[in-house]
Amino acid sequence: MKELKLEAAVAHLDKVLAFIDEELGAAGCPMKTQMQIDVVVEEVFVNVASYAYAPGTGDAAVAVELSNAPAGVTITVSDSGRPYNPLARQDPDITLPIEQREIGGLGVLMTKKLMDEVAYEYRDSQNILTLKKSW
Amino acid sequence: MLKIHKTIKNTEAVFELDGRLDTTTAPELELELRQSLDGVENLILDLEKLEYISSAGLRVLLLAVKLLHNKGTMKVVHANDLVMEVFEVTGFSDILTIE
Repeated sequence: MKELKLEAAVAHLDKVLAFIDEELGAAGCPMKTQMQIDVVVEEVFVNVASYAYAPGTGDAAVAVELSNAPAGVTITVSDSGRPYNPLARQDPDITLPIEQREIGGLGVLMTKKLMDEVAYEYRDSQNILTLKKSW
Repeated sequence: MLKIHKTIKNTEAVFELDGRLDTTTAPELELELRQSLDGVENLILDLEKLEYISSAGLRVLLLAVKLLHNKGTMKVVHANDLVMEVFEVTGFSDILTIE
């Protein structure tokens, strides 16, 4: 397991994705799967950076655990900010005409659809979001 | 990193996007669109070199459609597999004109 701990700030998104990509690249993750995982990690990290500690700041930890059979990855993103379960949010209506579409909630919808498994727990004063994907 | 190559001819604008359309780069595209869409009736987004799109990028595409509303149309061309999948899981494939 490898972990990156850093200030939860949108400006650090590139560092987080570089860390994820390095781990996935070394594990032989196909490029498309890697991009799907990047999309999801971006959503999750940007949400933590934007809301977990607002208006203050705090740290987030991103951990990557690779598995062999089946080949896949478990990624956890944790923070010590205010308790918040992003998965409890209602999915947006994606059948509305374009003028009525709102962008809020699409990130969570993509997280659920692009990952094999997504779970949230609040433990030891931490929000912990676990993402699993096989390839 | 996102490179935006913009060509405007009469009422048609073509934006070629090269790189990543994410939280970091989406504001650059938003600014370009806000500055360029006056008088545009046909907007074509060429995504052939776009490797990656996140919801921050989708937000800007939605904004472009709204900016053009009643005045013009937007078409998305040459999206790669990942970008198409993001359009599909978010229902954007139903509301965008994709070729």
